[in-house]
Amino acid sequence: MAGWFETTFPFAVNLWGMLPPLLQELIIILLQVLPLVIVVILCVAFLTYFERKVIGYMHVRIGPNRVGPKGLGQPFADVIKLLIKEIIIPANSNKFLFLIAPILALVPALATWAVIPVFPGFAIADINAGLLYVLALTSLGVYGIILAGWATNSKYALLGAMRSAAQIVAYEIAMGFALVGVLMAGGSLNLGDIVEAQSGGVTSWFWLPLFPLFLVYFISGVAETNRAPFDVAEGESEIVAGFHVEYSGAAFAMFFLGEYANIILIAALTTVMFVGGWHSAFSGPAFSFMDDTVLAFLREPGLFWLALKMSFFLYLFLWFRATFPRYRYDQIMRLGWKVFIPITIIWIAVEGVMVYAKIGPWSA
Amino acid sequence: MSNFSSIIKTFTLWELLKGMRVTLRYFFSKKITVLYPEEKTPQSPRFRGLHALRRYPNGEERCIACKLCQAVCPAAAITIESTVAEDGTRRTSSYDIDLFKCIYCGFCEEACPVDAIVETRVFEYHMEKRGQHIMTKEKLLAVGDKYEAIIAADRATDAKYR
Repeated sequence: MAGWFETTFPFAVNLWGMLPPLLQELIIILLQVLPLVIVVILCVAFLTYFERKVIGYMHVRIGPNRVGPKGLGQPFADVIKLLIKEIIIPANSNKFLFLIAPILALVPALATWAVIPVFPGFAIADINAGLLYVLALTSLGVYGIILAGWATNSKYALLGAMRSAAQIVAYEIAMGFALVGVLMAGGSLNLGDIVEAQSGGVTSWFWLPLFPLFLVYFISGVAETNRAPFDVAEGESEIVAGFHVEYSGAAFAMFFLGEYANIILIAALTTVMFVGGWHSAFSGPAFSFMDDTVLAFLREPGLFWLALKMSFFLYLFLWFRATFPRYRYDQIMRLGWKVFIPITIIWIAVEGVMVYAKIGPWSA
Repeated sequence: MSNFSSIIKTFTLWELLKGMRVTLRYFFSKKITVLYPEEKTPQSPRFRGLHALRRYPNGEERCIACKLCQAVCPAAAITIESTVAEDGTRRTSSYDIDLFKCIYCGFCEEACPVDAIVETRVFEYHMEKRGQHIMTKEKLLAVGDKYEAIIAADRATDAKYR
């Protein structure tokens, strides 16, 4: 393959050799980052379409169906509409923060993708402290929301931002503790190693031994992304649209992109930490009878499995939104502080005892 | 005991799963959306849409400018000026309906002694400029001429109930 390329385009190889090594490295990294970012943004676009379809179906409607076949052009129509709209900057706002906030909301959601193991043996940045990096960046996302709420200089935006901040602080802790459980079970901070530790079929993934943590993590993830039923930060029935009341056009599109990129990210993280990332559901010895049949391809690990599991969690996000009414604010706080944090702490203790006594499937 | 079972229900997220089962059932149920421009819901012959002024089969206007419709109109949407025509009969010189004021109650139609003002089945209309919401006598007569066949048929269907 490489030989063919070298003989056909010798000048390209020469040109590549002339570049300084630092630039070569930069180009390789860019070539890895760009496809991932483009795919994530496309996923966001079609997640909005998927959301409208799924929620429509649950309302016994059929959802968008006008733009293109089956309405598949709808996301692009929305993007074009948002981009050609005017960005209105309120006169009394802090203009610099007002404009920087959407970027701050979007960038962490995309940057976290660097450490996600996309398929066997590949992550853009295969760093040792991947889990810490994930925790750090998912916490950064809230700054975009808080700054947007404050810089807008509107009471609704400020209320939304404060709600969002309190909520994220509460659920961040439960999320962190849930990840401590994953860390103990996986024995590594590297996300690739955590996925490796879950090799084997459905039963050897971490969701089974860490079931309470799995639930807590996913529900905290829903709260973390300000999605229904935890969407008090937007709460359109009480505070109009919360932190992004005054945003319009491309700036609003950035917030939208950030929110949905976060949803996809939480789905990806849940998949990686609890349901075996790119591992096949049929890879255990229990399914060895499939080896010589047409179903053998189902036992291969790969991007397909990551995408399938992520789609399931994305569907859950939409399913929740169609099913549950918005939580009352004090109930959100109660759930976060008085239910989730105790559950995670207890389960970490239980897990510690099990690891020490070598009960269960721990590698450590 | 009930306390215990409620704790179990809370921690197994029982109620939430029940709710999700309901939405999942609707997810797979048959969709009831009417794809509007292609599909339309059935209309009653009594449908009250855009107004029209009718004529007799010989082309003579039915309206006799009695102003009963103007009097009965709860939204004061109708304004009529009357005059005496060349043949000595009482006629309208102008008959304006303000579509923004009209609430489509159909009282004008009921009040009319000669079935002149009627509400048709037409509901797909729009205005593009200021002032177009005033239906003048000419516009009303034009609507009436255009849809006379269906207006007459609807009145005939409904006649035995009036």
